Amino acid sequence: MAVGKEIRKQIKSIQNTQKITRAMEMVAASKMRRAQERMQAARPYAHKIRQVINHLHYARPEYKHPFVLEREAKRVGFIIVTSDRGLCGGLNTNLLRATLIEMKSWHDKQAEIDVCTIGSKGFAFCKRLGANIVSHVAHLGDAPRIEDLIGTVKIMLDAYSDGKLDRLYLIYNRFVNTMSQQQMVEQLLPLPAAAEDKAKLEHHWDYIYEPDARAVLNDLLTRYIESLVYHGVSENLASEQSARMVAMKSASDNAGTLIDELKLKYNKARQAAITQEISEIVGGAAAV
Amino acid sequence: MAMTIHVDIVSAEKEIYSGLAEMVFAPLVTGEVGILPRHAPLLARMKPGEVRVRTPSEELSFYVSGGMLEVQPHVVTVLADTALRAKDIDEAAALKAKERAEEAMKNRQSDIDYAKAQAELAEAIAQLRAIQKLRDRTRK
Repeated sequence: MAVGKEIRKQIKSIQNTQKITRAMEMVAASKMRRAQERMQAARPYAHKIRQVINHLHYARPEYKHPFVLEREAKRVGFIIVTSDRGLCGGLNTNLLRATLIEMKSWHDKQAEIDVCTIGSKGFAFCKRLGANIVSHVAHLGDAPRIEDLIGTVKIMLDAYSDGKLDRLYLIYNRFVNTMSQQQMVEQLLPLPAAAEDKAKLEHHWDYIYEPDARAVLNDLLTRYIESLVYHGVSENLASEQSARMVAMKSASDNAGTLIDELKLKYNKARQAAITQEISEIVGGAAAV
Repeated sequence: MAMTIHVDIVSAEKEIYSGLAEMVFAPLVTGEVGILPRHAPLLARMKPGEVRVRTPSEELSFYVSGGMLEVQPHVVTVLADTALRAKDIDEAAALKAKERAEEAMKNRQSDIDYAKAQAELAEAIAQLRAIQKLRDRTRK
């Protein structure tokens, strides 16, 4: 029967789309789980380093590393972490909007802006925006390694040490839970002062440094910043996967409702055709 | 029972080892050290090499490509680097990242047009909202 051939075709094509979105949803779900694990695995390191740095602040209050000194903000650096691929709902758009608001507020204060992008989406956006991109890395894959980030972060840290930057911010999506991600604008440099903890000062002790305190502190702070950026990247990855999962789930649901509607339409058309045929036959028989 | 010291070996990407040990050996830039329980607090830079952990039953060994060693009387923390770190290697990586950025910056606009960018983003968000609304409507 030739009735509703177009509708059938349409249903078929939507079903194919639905298959794809459903597969993507499942892939994203499993990737999200792994990304979450990776996020958790990175925690002890950042925690330990933070502890050591805090202690150094107490043990050596006289030595101030440039990373802790407040300066007047004439030039601000942003490290923007986005995903490489789309199809993840409003994740990147929302993040870039938050970025833009932040950048604008610095712009209004007459501060210059340098940008470092991690991920293609942020890069494309900043390029279109005409921002001054000083370093860039993308395609980190599903298991980002810290060595991929070292170079990118180093440019920003060096610029800060040389006095070319007075503030450094990290912008990424924080993974709250599967359904929600939060845009974060975190100040990396100067390091926010450690929470006052006077109890620690009561029994004063200090490390033996090898080779010397200054070099060790420098190494530690660099690694600390790197680990924060790495953490941002892994949070963003988990956010990306969960956002994609949700987006793909609703796409599959939408396809489902569309198919239902089209099926109804198809059946109606089919029945109408049958009724018409019967009435034609009856009409023909009556005429004879 | 012999005295033991708690050892944590962590890298930025994962926890590598956590447990008790009788003695820990680490390759510092100034030479290898052996840490026994109740060692004085020490903070040191490591060079690439082997961290050995002697537990009551066996001796474990982990390769680290440098990092930091923190010692407190009852805890040893090895903050291992996963990547080989040297000044020139870092420098090369930085240069690469910069090149990538410069490459793409060749044909950029002169100034940031905030208004335009904001409008574009607002449009994208409006589209997303519209889709959401459409979906809500079909559900009802």
